[in-house]
Amino acid sequence: MNARFVVQRVGFALLSLIALVVVLPILVIVAIIVVRGVGAISWEFLTTMPHDGMKAGGILPAIVGTIVLTFGTAVAAIPVGVGSAIYLSEYARDTLFTRAIRLAIVNLAGIPSVVYGLFGLGLFVLFLQFGTSILAGSLTLAIMTLPVIISTSEEALRAVPTEYRTVIASLGGTRWQGIRYVVLPQALPGIITGIILGLLRAAGETAPILFTVSAFFLPRLPHSLFDRTMALPYHLYVISTQVPGMPQEIQYGTALVLLMVVLSMNLVATLIRGHFRRRRPW
Amino acid sequence: MVTDPPEDDPLAGLPTKVRTENLSYWYGNRLCLRDVTLDIPANAITTLIGPTGGGKSTLLRLINRLNDLLEDTRMVGHIFLDGQDIYAPGINVSELRRRVGIVFALPLPLPGTVRENVLYGPKLAGIRDPAQLDEILVRSLNQAALWEEVKTRLDEPAHALSGGQQQRLCIARSLAMEPEVLLLDEPTSGLDPISTGKVEESLFALKKHYTIIMVPHSIQQAARVADYAAFFLGGELVEHQPGRGIFTAPKDKRTEDYITGRFG
Repeated sequence: MNARFVVQRVGFALLSLIALVVVLPILVIVAIIVVRGVGAISWEFLTTMPHDGMKAGGILPAIVGTIVLTFGTAVAAIPVGVGSAIYLSEYARDTLFTRAIRLAIVNLAGIPSVVYGLFGLGLFVLFLQFGTSILAGSLTLAIMTLPVIISTSEEALRAVPTEYRTVIASLGGTRWQGIRYVVLPQALPGIITGIILGLLRAAGETAPILFTVSAFFLPRLPHSLFDRTMALPYHLYVISTQVPGMPQEIQYGTALVLLMVVLSMNLVATLIRGHFRRRRPW
Repeated sequence: MVTDPPEDDPLAGLPTKVRTENLSYWYGNRLCLRDVTLDIPANAITTLIGPTGGGKSTLLRLINRLNDLLEDTRMVGHIFLDGQDIYAPGINVSELRRRVGIVFALPLPLPGTVRENVLYGPKLAGIRDPAQLDEILVRSLNQAALWEEVKTRLDEPAHALSGGQQQRLCIARSLAMEPEVLLLDEPTSGLDPISTGKVEESLFALKKHYTIIMVPHSIQQAARVADYAAFFLGGELVEHQPGRGIFTAPKDKRTEDYITGRFG
């Protein structure tokens, strides 16, 4: 074995090790949660209301709350996010105005989530008088999600070759026809990726829903958009820190369910993305 | 130096289809076309020749207003199609581009099947009748000399075709809209000699119905197909002549230098 070969082997081993360091924490976290929480998982745990001060019974309202909030976030954030991305990528010229928009998006992405929570409290709960409600919570989460959706969608749109737009124009198509029939379908896998990333973050956040929607203990399902609801991340926070004598198994079980809800949404979205990606010509 | 066609001009009877009048064009501060006045005859193949950077492709893209998509450009002068100023206010640009088709140097099939590619234009124009679309499909592919090769592959992805087939597909895609003028920007630059031959043959057949303006990929090709030739150098129209005149008896020293290979 000559020296160059040895160097290559060592370098390769080192890089693999570094990659492993990234994977390891995730594996450990998932393993601990699964091992400690799997005992709590039962049909009853998933489908019934909590009782005895949340120390017994299920977590159904928190599961439903998280799903409803994520859905509400999607409904609010996707049209605005994708629409903004299309405007920025396809229509906007480089002006002071569009630079200001881009700057705003970058800054939105850097705002701590608890600040979104306070903003949501101020704007939606109090000023617009939505009250502590699913509507207020979804909108707060949507605003937090927008920068991710906008920037990834814009990137996906820009990755579609300019030539396609030129060809559509040369065939007498309008700019919108080019977007509708060629650019958007081509960019869809990337856009869906952005939406997944944004919504997953929203589903797992605690701070933005703290003041805008979350109920400490509400053992029933929400009735309307203006109802409060429990939600998994907040529920986890509550039973981990606010309730003395909480059985550890329920805490880990709740964490496991949150993880599963997020991962299964991720899986569904990945399948959708794969479906669209197969239709690409390259 | 601009010359008048000689008296025995075989194209003398043909009406002018496209006319540029004192046309100048800038990208930013860089002058790309300088005061170009040129009459392009109908139902003939006009070739624009000259070294790269001479403004030939730009002229093509101005005739169907594709350069509208670019920022920071400036145009002075006029372009007329059938006597109408295509840059006049109120011109419907989509309509203009349906009348003036373009084929680019590289084959650029759109996502989708062979059939979908050919029918993009008609569908964008709102044609939905399946029988009519089928008729357009067969006619366009035949005109582009591609039908025999793809008639059993109509629903395969367009990018699965060979480069030469893709380029003829792009020609068929333009022809599907039955344009009056067909702009060809080095349409055979990426093709092998056999495919090139097929494209050139289809051009001869097409000129009965269409006005063809072409930037050829070589002087030899220009000499083979040209009914009319114009020589551009540094954005200037140096001379233009019918037939092979420009290749056999150039009037300007610069044209002669180019034709004989002394530069460019």
